Formats: sequence, C-alpha cells, structure tokens
Amino acid sequence: MNYILTQNLFYLLVLIGMSIPLGLYMYKVMSGEPFLLEKIGAPLEKGIYKLLGTHQKDEMDAKRYGLSVVLFSLMGLVVVFLLQISQGVLPFNPEGIEGTSWHLAFNTAASFVSNTNWQAYSGETDLSYFSQSIGLTVQNFASAASGIAVLFALARGFRRKQIRSIGNFWVDLTRIFLYILLPLSFIGALILVSQGVVQTFGPFQTALTLEGAVEQTIPLGPAASQIMIKQLGTNGGGFFGVNSAFPLENPTALSNFIQLLSILLIPAALCVTFGKAVKDIKQGKAIYVAMLILFVVSVVAVTFNEQFMGPVVNGVATVGNMEGKEVIHGIGTSSLWATATTAASNGSVNSMHNSYTALGGLVLMFLIQIGEIVFGGVGSGLYGMLAFVLLTVFIAGLMVGRTPEYLSKKVEPFDMKMVCLLVLAPPVLTLLGAAAEMMTPGVQEQLTNTGARGFSEILYAYSSMGNNNGSAFAGFDANQPFTNVIGGLIMLLARFIPMLAAIFLAGNMAKKKTVAVSDGTLSTTNSLFVGLLIGVIVIIGALSFLPALSLGPIADFFTAL
Amino acid sequence: MNSIIKTIRPAFLSLLVFTVLGGGVYTLSITGLAQVFFPNEANGSLVEVTLEDGTQQVVGSEFIAQEFTSPEYLIGRPMWETNLSPDSAELSELRQERIEWLTTMDPQNEQEIPADLVSGSGSGVDPHISTAAASFQIERIAAERNIDQAEVEEIIDRHTTSRFLGFWGEPGVNVLMVNLDLDGLLD
Repeated sequence: MNYILTQNLFYLLVLIGMSIPLGLYMYKVMSGEPFLLEKIGAPLEKGIYKLLGTHQKDEMDAKRYGLSVVLFSLMGLVVVFLLQISQGVLPFNPEGIEGTSWHLAFNTAASFVSNTNWQAYSGETDLSYFSQSIGLTVQNFASAASGIAVLFALARGFRRKQIRSIGNFWVDLTRIFLYILLPLSFIGALILVSQGVVQTFGPFQTALTLEGAVEQTIPLGPAASQIMIKQLGTNGGGFFGVNSAFPLENPTALSNFIQLLSILLIPAALCVTFGKAVKDIKQGKAIYVAMLILFVVSVVAVTFNEQFMGPVVNGVATVGNMEGKEVIHGIGTSSLWATATTAASNGSVNSMHNSYTALGGLVLMFLIQIGEIVFGGVGSGLYGMLAFVLLTVFIAGLMVGRTPEYLSKKVEPFDMKMVCLLVLAPPVLTLLGAAAEMMTPGVQEQLTNTGARGFSEILYAYSSMGNNNGSAFAGFDANQPFTNVIGGLIMLLARFIPMLAAIFLAGNMAKKKTVAVSDGTLSTTNSLFVGLLIGVIVIIGALSFLPALSLGPIADFFTAL
Repeated sequence: MNSIIKTIRPAFLSLLVFTVLGGGVYTLSITGLAQVFFPNEANGSLVEVTLEDGTQQVVGSEFIAQEFTSPEYLIGRPMWETNLSPDSAELSELRQERIEWLTTMDPQNEQEIPADLVSGSGSGVDPHISTAAASFQIERIAAERNIDQAEVEEIIDRHTTSRFLGFWGEPGVNVLMVNLDLDGLLD
C-alpha cells in the first residue's frame, strides 16, 4: 500500500513537472516564437508549405478551418479503409494476412481517424505490417495533430478581438507534427525498444517450449514506433490485440512508466499552453487543478476497490484483485493506468477492465462518460473542458442575473448552442448506440459475461466509442456488421460534431469585442469556480448516465454482495 | 463547392506528408536504429539454448510465458484470458479447479496460495509470478529435484526483477528463465 502511494505521488510529480515546460514550449509552436528545433526544421517546414501551396500568413476563418479539418480526416478515412481491404496484395505482409471485411475496415478507419482507436480487430491476426505503419501509425499522428490544432484555434479565438480568422490549419498541423509529436515519439520509441518492445519487419518466430516441446508462435512487428505515438497522441490502439498488457508491447516496469506518463503528458501540458495563449496563466491553472482533482479522486477510488474489494477465496492469500492484471504492474500501476487511460480518452490498457471489481469498473466507465475532459484527448479534452467552463460561467451568470463573460468575452446564444453540441453530442450518441445494440437480436452471443456485467460490456463499448476513448470491457465481441457500422458512425459523429462546434465557437469568439473587467465579473480562476466547474461536470454526467449505470455496474455490485 | 475543390489539394498533400514522414521515415528509422543498437530486444528477446546434443534451439521469448505442469518446474500463472468478472460463477469455478490442481501437486504445502497463481493475467502470457508465488514453490521443487532449497532460492533470485527506482511496479520472477536455469540450460 505504501508502495502504491509512492507510485501515485511520483507519477503526479513527474507529470506536473514535465507538463509545465512542455506546455510553454508548445505555446511557441503555436504562436511562432522562435525556438531551437524550429531553426533546424525550417527548411523542411517551408518545403511542406510550398508543396501544399500555403503560407503562414494565409489565415482562415472558422468555415475554412473546419472544412480543412474535415477533408483532411476524410482523406485519411478513405486511405485507411482501402489499405485494409487490399492488404493481401500489398507489401510488408510476411504472415500473408488477407484483406479485412468491408465493415471491419470501415470501423477501424473511422476509429483511427477520430482518435478513438476502438479495435474490433486483433493486430497480430488481422492487419499486415503495411496496414499498421502506413495506415494506422499515420492516423495516430494525424488525428492527434488535428485535435491539438483545433485547440490552438480556440485559444486564438478567445484572445483575438474583432478578427474573423483563427489561424491556418495546414500550418498548425505541420508545426504540431514536426515540432511536438515526431520528436517526442522518436525519443520515446527508442527507450521502449531498449526495454524489449519489438521493432522489426521480419516474420513471426516460432519456438519449441521447454516442457512438452510444443510449437509456440512469437508475434513480432514494427510495434515500438506505433506504440509511442499511440500513447502520446491519446490514441490508444495497441499493435497487438491485448494492447499494453501484452509483454512484447510493454515488457518492463520502466516501459510501463514511460507509456503511462505519455498518456497524460500532452493533455496536461496543453492547459499550460492555453493559459499562456490567453495571456493569463491562472486560467490554465484553474482548469488544470479541476482536472487534477477529478483525476486524483478517481485514482483513489479505483485503487481502493481493486486492492480491497476483490473476491475473497478460501485458502488463497488476499492481496487484491489480480485477475486480468500483470504481476510486474501490480494493483498500483494497473489501477493508475486504467484511470489515466479512461480519463484521457487514450484507451490503451495494461490490464483488463472487464475483470475489474464492479465499482472499480464503474469509475472507469464514468470517467469516459463525463465526456473525456479529465485531461481528455490531446486538444479535444481541453476544448471539451472549455465547453464545460462556458456552461459553468453561463449557469453562474443566470444565478446572479448577469450576462456571462469568459476571458472578457460575452457568452451569447450562438456560443451556448455550440457549447450544447459539445457537451451533449457524446452522451446522446452513447445512449442511443447502447440502446440500439441492446435491441438487436442475438446480442447475448456477443457477450462474455452474463447479467449486469453483460450489460456493462455493451454500455462500456458505446461509452468508449461515443466519447472517442477506445478501451473496452474486452469480452465483448465487437466484430459484427451491425456493431462495426453503427459504432463507426458514432465514433465519427462523436469526434466531428464537437470538433466543428469548437471551431465555430472559436470563430465567433474571435469576432467579438472585449468587455472591461469589473467588480461584478465572475472570477474564473479562484477555488469557488473550480468547485462550481467540478459540480457542473459531475451533475451533467450523473444526469445522463445514472439510470444506465444502475442497470450495469451498480446492479453488478449488489448482486456480488 | 469551389472552396471544397481548393481544399482537397492541401488535404491530400498533407496526408501524403504525414504518410511519408510518420509512416515511412519515422517507422523505418526507428526500425534501423533498433536493429543496430538493440537487436535482441527488437526481435522479441528470444532465448536460444544449446541442447545436450549440441544443437542450438530457440526455446521461447523471455517475455512470453509457457505452460508448465510438472512439479519439478516453477509453475506460472494460469494461461487463461477470460475477461470474466472477478465475482462471476464461471471464474470462481476455474479458480477452484486451479486451487485443487495446485493442492494435489503439493499436498504437504500448508501455506496460503498466492493470488497470482490462481488468477489469469491480462495478456494470458504473463512471464512473471510474484516473489511470494515463487517462495511458495521452493520446497516442492527442491524435493522433486533432490537439491538444496538454498540452490532453488538462489536461482529464483537470479531471475527476479526488482521495482523500477525501488518503488515503481512490483518485483517479478521470470518463470521460463528460472526453469531453464533449473534444467542447467543457461550458461
């Protein structure tokens, strides 16, 4: 228990310590202030702009910015779809894996383009090395960069006065890719390889086992490079089927730490970037603190349940719930990872969430359901959180009868419409999807568990897809035409409705005049506001999901008593 | 419509840039560096031993568990990957079978069974067991092999990884490496 406490404190300290300099650095990437890496990369960067036919001064309004994001993602969707169905005749396929079904290809393409990385396939059996690196690794970079770009646009929107433009999407995309994602992934991937994460284009190996001399297949592939960006970009899609629980994807305590740190690093650092960008670092800090509080409470709740609420079996030493967890990760770093990955819209796992205790699993599911805003996805987490900030400002404004303002901008009807889209699209999609799945005949065949835990598998699956998380209660057999198609559509809508709403919000904010701060202005940096914000988040989440949760994990908890 | 057509070109070319740099250059350069500097790790940490007749044989990967069932070997975690609820009847049944199997193998052992020996891992191929689970088996292995308990203990220690920085993660005993060492197959 002492070890677990030390592990959690150490993790938080390193996270906070690293997120501040990284956040300040990312501000330079966003604003164009000079830095060392830019000098080295400048020729390449300029070359890319020349190729694209754009330049840094060519700024876009919200409509053009949004159109660019959508078309860029659509290209990705088409390419990843085509790669998968035709992988049988494409190179770098030593295992001779055939093309996938059309519905699986659609689901996977939608999943990776939307930064969800829900996986209805298993990497080692369903995808060639070519599909993984040219299709999926690329979208790991691309979807992460788009998310961060939209956040940059929104930050500019708050800062600018009476201007229509919110930045150039192609410039944002290129700079985020070249100066943030590529260098961090490069360093991280090499550390992972040194620990034993595989990285080769060679075929799978076979071994003869020591006892019984049975043939054992050892799956390989260019994994480390993809795994590092999967964590940094809050993508989460594993190279192998069981994700970072698989020892060749996450072999040691150090590799576990590096990956776990990467899950929250960029989303946390973006709070600092935001504060710097709106020229009021306290604004970023207030959001950071609200996220931290929700995160810490969740870690404590999950760890407590896994440590003390596991099954008690006669003749077996009680050390917590080890089902579905690896020995070297233990209860401590498994629970911490599970919380981080569901808080951050990452979705990679180092233990199996379906084998968590009922209430431990409930916390994980709820973290997804409140909208992936506790750090959340890179960029998307913070623009989602900013929607909740505006909602809180709006509610507080109503209470005292004052026009709500945030960062000296009046919050008006159009802004609130965008906020509603941001806040309500994911829960609506989640609940409709889960309800539709429940009504399909033969859905029981897709489940591993029965009863309340079986329903939880479905609710978790649609919460995960409807909030772009990507993790699963993994017993659920998702590779079915209905689930693939509906799930794919939900992932796309859950990504692009909020994203476009954030872009139009940015455009509308940029157009406004600023208003002077007076005594009556609601402070959005003090602890009262942090408390209000947390309250609004929890209430919206609970109102949306309490009925569904009581049929799933809560019923599960009471049946097990 | 006009603006859509104008945007298609940079959209396509951006994706091309991401594909060439992120899919191609990045993946290939990591692969190249990995193969030069960490050839063993990058290729699955395979374990090759010299058999009695002098042939070289790949017997597995350091990080992928194998099934051991004979009492003279260190037994690893169950290789099931159930995704079942820890409280479910199905898992409870599996667990009971496993407890009975372990008890039949070592009837004199009156210690409580460490939890990881009767619960499946996330991957189904967890190469490690806890130090408690290894200690639990020392007496049996020593008796079966007619060697000192201290010798077994020493071998187990040799293949135990400690916590990173002394506190991060949990210590783990590598089952395959211990068994190879017990069989005298490691140099």
